[in-house]
Amino acid sequence: MALAFDEYGRPFIIIKEQEQKTRLRGLDAQKANISAGRSVARILRTSLGPKGMDKMLSSPDGDVTITNDGATILEQMDVDNQIAKLMVELSRSQDYEIGDGTTGVVVMAGSLLEQAEKLLERGIHPIRIAEGYELASRIAVEHLERIAHKFEFGENNIESLVQTCMTTLSSKIVNRCKRQLAEISVKAVLAVADLERKDVNLDLIKVDGKVGGKLEDTELIYGIVVDKDMSHPQMPKQIQDANIAILTCPFEPPKPKTKHKVDIDTVEKFEALRRQEHQYFDDMVQQCKDVGATLVICQWGFDDEANHLLMHRNLPAVRWVGGVELELIAIATGGRIVPRFQELTAEKLGKAGLVREKSFGTTKDRMLYIEHCANSRAVTVFIRGGNKMMIEETKRSIHDALCVARNLIRNNSIVYGGGSAEIACSIAVEAAADRYPGVEQYAIRAFADALDAIPMALAENSGLQPIETLSAVKSQQIKIPTRVMQENNPHCGIDCNDVGTTDMREQNVFETLIGKQQQVLLATQVVKMILKIDDVISAAEF
Amino acid sequence: MNLDLAKPDPLPSYIYVLSDFLRGQQLFSHLFSSRVSALSFRSTPLRFYLFLVKAELIGWQHIDFGFEWRCTSISHFGMAIERILKDDASEEKGERARMASFVGAMAIADLVKTTLGPKGMDKILQSTGRGQTVTVTNDGATILKSLHIDNPAAKVLVELDISKVQDDEVGDGTTSVVVLAGELLREAEKLVASKIHPMTIIAGFRMAAECAREALLKKVVDNKANEEKFKTDLMKIAKTTLSSKILSQDKEHFAKLAVDAVLRLKGSTNLESIQIIKKPGGSLKDSFLDEGFILDKKIGIGQPKRIENANILVANTAMDTDKVKIYGARVRVDSMAKVADIEAAEKQKMREKVDKILAHGINCFVNRQLIYNFPEELFANAGVLAIEHADFDGIERLALVTGGEIASTFDNPESVKLGHCKLIEEIMIGEDKLIKFSGVEMGQACTVVLRGASHHVLDEAERSLHDALCVLSQTVNDSRVLFGGGWPEMVMAKAVDELARTTPGKRSHAIEAFSRALVAIPTTIADNAGLDSAELVARLRAEHNKEDSNAGIDVISGSVGDMSELGISEAFKVKQAVLLSATEAAEMILRVDEIITCAPRRREDRM
Repeated sequence: MALAFDEYGRPFIIIKEQEQKTRLRGLDAQKANISAGRSVARILRTSLGPKGMDKMLSSPDGDVTITNDGATILEQMDVDNQIAKLMVELSRSQDYEIGDGTTGVVVMAGSLLEQAEKLLERGIHPIRIAEGYELASRIAVEHLERIAHKFEFGENNIESLVQTCMTTLSSKIVNRCKRQLAEISVKAVLAVADLERKDVNLDLIKVDGKVGGKLEDTELIYGIVVDKDMSHPQMPKQIQDANIAILTCPFEPPKPKTKHKVDIDTVEKFEALRRQEHQYFDDMVQQCKDVGATLVICQWGFDDEANHLLMHRNLPAVRWVGGVELELIAIATGGRIVPRFQELTAEKLGKAGLVREKSFGTTKDRMLYIEHCANSRAVTVFIRGGNKMMIEETKRSIHDALCVARNLIRNNSIVYGGGSAEIACSIAVEAAADRYPGVEQYAIRAFADALDAIPMALAENSGLQPIETLSAVKSQQIKIPTRVMQENNPHCGIDCNDVGTTDMREQNVFETLIGKQQQVLLATQVVKMILKIDDVISAAEF
Repeated sequence: MNLDLAKPDPLPSYIYVLSDFLRGQQLFSHLFSSRVSALSFRSTPLRFYLFLVKAELIGWQHIDFGFEWRCTSISHFGMAIERILKDDASEEKGERARMASFVGAMAIADLVKTTLGPKGMDKILQSTGRGQTVTVTNDGATILKSLHIDNPAAKVLVELDISKVQDDEVGDGTTSVVVLAGELLREAEKLVASKIHPMTIIAGFRMAAECAREALLKKVVDNKANEEKFKTDLMKIAKTTLSSKILSQDKEHFAKLAVDAVLRLKGSTNLESIQIIKKPGGSLKDSFLDEGFILDKKIGIGQPKRIENANILVANTAMDTDKVKIYGARVRVDSMAKVADIEAAEKQKMREKVDKILAHGINCFVNRQLIYNFPEELFANAGVLAIEHADFDGIERLALVTGGEIASTFDNPESVKLGHCKLIEEIMIGEDKLIKFSGVEMGQACTVVLRGASHHVLDEAERSLHDALCVLSQTVNDSRVLFGGGWPEMVMAKAVDELARTTPGKRSHAIEAFSRALVAIPTTIADNAGLDSAELVARLRAEHNKEDSNAGIDVISGSVGDMSELGISEAFKVKQAVLLSATEAAEMILRVDEIITCAPRRREDRM
């Protein structure tokens, strides 16, 4: 008995934080976990789809984020519960692997858990449920493969890619100029894509933003943007065919690492030192000039004298460029980072077709554009927007669009969106369930029901009657056999935008096959993991 | 009924209380302030709600709440709800979240509402920092910037509004944005309450905003071709902008000043070349525009006070001791004589440097860094005006206006570009001596010297003038002009109303609401002037139903007047930005259906 009562009958607690030292076992543990997982899914449910709502997140420091990107919401939610953390992980891994569908995967996991709870109440052992889910997920993935279509696009025919990216962007706050952003994303991906190997290195696409201007001013730059300006205000603002010396040594007299002193005790020495110092600056600039550099990019600062000398000898220079940016410039221009002036040679210079300084608005903001670089195909998506929040949200949206474009290049199979794929899978799984003898049958059916949750949420968010709409679409899928698929019509989905047709082919709503498959597999995996936990011991917090 | 439940063991952390919504919420929020953390919306047929209360707060005892309520411990619910967030974090969902954000945004709007229009009131802002400095202003952006806001939605509005776009690129209309966004949300709240989905409202708002923009576009006047007319347009805009500010007493004077300054820029929007110097003393009327550049520095002693046809060298170089920059160098001597020698050498070095500088054939030398007495004396001997410690902005601007380059080495006099100006002289403003460079090469630069009774007045005057300059410089580029005084809002409202009538579906409600929100702006202007807004707005609406009406609110006479006769104009660009930013802000807040606040970062108590 850890509780005593004072004379007024009020309790006072003898062992502090006793309620935190809990142990949950068996069914209770599973139910507690399931409810935790579901409450995370519940939060994201309303963000699904083109009419999904946003969440406002206020960080520990009071910064406000408004987003409907599942991964971002969960990331910033600062979740405490262990199971809830698993769900966060789930959405994150979908983000890493695919980059899109982060909300969908959590919603699906949530509804799988919901179904599992019902089965648990009927006394079905969690392991059997997990196995049934596993079987069902395999059926669903196979079925997805069957209903998938090949998607045609070429380097000159990007329209279809743009359409897909627009599907992704339409659920974001930036949908005002989704067409433009979709085009930028597709062009960026195509610029760095290796169409032979069907691979895209997204590291080559830098997404950068600066506050100011309009969202419409967002642009794609075939090169690198550095948030720096020329070291002297009167240096040329534009350099054609630049030879870039990339230095990590300052334009200053040398500072030997070993401790030393230079003693001046006579006037002659003083004079000599003065000349020497002067000589240093001259030599440095001369060395850069000699190898044929037309632009100096330096990690460190310049002495005033050196700065003026550089200006004077018509050698534009940029100072205080960060290490990461320096490396990027080196990679892009094919130059080498040179740590000492003596080691500067003509081969180590980077080449760029055009370097220019661009100023923005009425303020003194200037950025350096390095374009048409020699070596790599690095591109930068440069986002402009009214405020930081907008830019951050645009960054996330562009990231999603880039991922979608990349996935299409990797694997050009698509399935139709708007919940149509889930409905088709649900029908297939439902049909397959009957073939399984044993308890798994129930779990498989439950899986089919769980798949319905996504179209249901879509319909709900779009202000439609969820059950009515879903059953209508489902019957449509089964009834109308088309020429392409003899048995079913898997293109019918939820008409979120109120266009008037449920045929997703006409609405041009599609998602990548691997994205969908990954969603099903990841959600099933996590649910299996959660179901297998039967004992939760949480220690007191310190 | 009283709390009548076997005391569970152990005591649960939360209990649920079932009560009807209003009373429950009132009572609990009163009793436990914000610690009543949740209510789930599983309302029973009797419209009872579940309240989640921390058990410690109640203390397991008999409490008579005076109304029907039941209580059940968490164990009775099983583990129905798990806390998934950290302890101090909070989560608000659905209606409550929307309510919280609406209320927050509207509070901000109401706060700045009274500053709108020519008869708007000022606010005193007292900073919490040391000194408790006081600012008196009616500039929306300044007020919003100084607020410490906790409500996330309000923060969105402020952030969106004082965003660079509105302040840097348009410069004015910040108050209008907030007021319009607030009104839009107020209307949206009603629509949400009548069960219209926020997404439908957003769709309607978008259509309405587009329609309003087009209505304005149809009515714009562009006088770019006619220079005389264009200048009067600019004057009108400047006067309209200034009339709501502290400068309204002398708006004629300042409007002329601002227009002159902006016309000198010849289409560039770079306001850096317009320098504003504030000098307390005198009255606002004594403020003046000066062509050329005024540097707030003194001329060295013994140097000429007036130079004609000056050749100026702008430099950034050490003129104090010009030390040896080689790392680790130090002087070590063994006798006094040697110290003297080295000192002489140092002096010699400085003398050489000065000689080199003089070799440029200059008669004015401006340095960013200090100039010590010795070189200063040398300059004085050579009859050269030497100005020290001109800060970085100062020399960059000077280099810009005089056309010289900023030099740091002086070995090649022939290749250094010098700056030129017709006349350098020392002038007195109030009690301060300043240096004036007139007849500079680049005719764009000019200086506005503001005079006024106190720092507060001067600061406010500067902000007002800055707004006016921004608007004017934008208008020079985009010369489309509209009437002011609530005229554009009425035009937009009329067009939007018509759209609402022809739009089928629920969206038309939202479009109608948009038009109501637009009318709120003239209403506020009238209210702030202490006029009968309902009467005036109704008359205004009737006027606008005629073709090509120029009617707006004439605040001075307190009636509906013809804006073209009164000369009240506004820039199209500002109005457009107000319309679009406000719609965007309202949309952003409308889209939110959940607010998650993370546990605030714990700060170490510093005592």
